[in-house]
Amino acid sequence: MSQAHTGPNYMAVFWWLLALTILEVAVIYLNIPKMMIAILLVGMAITKAALVAMYFMHLKYERKTLTWIALSPFVLCVFLILMLIPGLS
Amino acid sequence: MSQAAVMHPSAEPAESPLTPESWGKLGMWLFIAGDAMSFGTLIVCYGTFRGLSSSWPVPSAVLGINLTALMTFLLICSSVTMVQSLSAVQRGDVKGFTRFMGLTILSGAAFLGLQAYEWTHLINHTLPEAGFSFSTHLFAATFFVLTGFHGMHVTGGVIYNICVFFAVRRGTYGAGEVEISGLYWHFVDLVWILIFTFIYLL
Repeated sequence: MSQAHTGPNYMAVFWWLLALTILEVAVIYLNIPKMMIAILLVGMAITKAALVAMYFMHLKYERKTLTWIALSPFVLCVFLILMLIPGLS
Repeated sequence: MSQAAVMHPSAEPAESPLTPESWGKLGMWLFIAGDAMSFGTLIVCYGTFRGLSSSWPVPSAVLGINLTALMTFLLICSSVTMVQSLSAVQRGDVKGFTRFMGLTILSGAAFLGLQAYEWTHLINHTLPEAGFSFSTHLFAATFFVLTGFHGMHVTGGVIYNICVFFAVRRGTYGAGEVEISGLYWHFVDLVWILIFTFIYLL
C-alpha cells in the first residue's frame, strides 16, 4: 500500500451522511418554529449533497471546470425561483 | 518517439481548461448537469404548487418517513460500496470488485422494491383515504412525477451497473469506466438525498 493515493476517507463520509440523515429525521419532531426546521433541513440536505459530490464524485480532487459544470444547474434553479416568486403572492 | 509519448500527458491539460484527462468523465458530468436541471425544475415546480395551494398536506404526516429513511440509508450504503468497488478495480482486485459491485446492484434493486411497495401502498390506501389521490389533488401528481422520474434513473443505474459488472469481469472495462458509472450512481444518490428532504421532510 505504498502508492498512498491520498484519497478521501470514504467511511468517514459515510458516517457523516448517516448522522445527518438521522438528525434530519429527528429535527422534524422538534418543538421549534417551522421556519427554523426548514432552515436546518435545507442546510443539512445541502451539506449531504456537497459531501457526496466532493468526496464520492471526487469533485474536490478534479479540475475546477468540472465544479463549474456541476454548479450550473443551481443557477437555473435560482433563476426559476426568482421568476416564480411574484406569482406566489 | 518515446520522448513524445512521455511528454504527451503533461502537455495536454495546459491547452484548454475543458480538455480533461478523460473525455468520458467530462461527458458524464455534462449529462449530469443537464439531468440535474430536469430534477431542479421538477422540485421548484413542486414548491411553487405547494406555495399556491391552500390545502397541501403535511408530507411527513401522509407519507411514511421510516420506510423512506431506510431507502435513503440503502442508497447511501450503495454509494459507499460503489466507491469501494472502484478502489478494488484500481488495485486490480477483481474479486473485491465483484463483491462490492454486486452489493451496489443489490442495494439498488432493493431500493426499487421498497419504492414499488411504497407506491402500491400510497396509491391503494394512504392517499385515497387522506383525500389526496391522483384524480383529486395536485400533490399526488407532483409527488409521483418526481419520485417516478428518480425511480427510472435508479432503474437505469442498476442496468448500467450490471453491464459494467460483466464488462469488468470480461476484462473489457477498467477503472476509468467504473469511475464514470460511479459518477452516475452517486448523482442518483445525491438527488434522492434532496428529494428525501424537500418532498418527504419539509
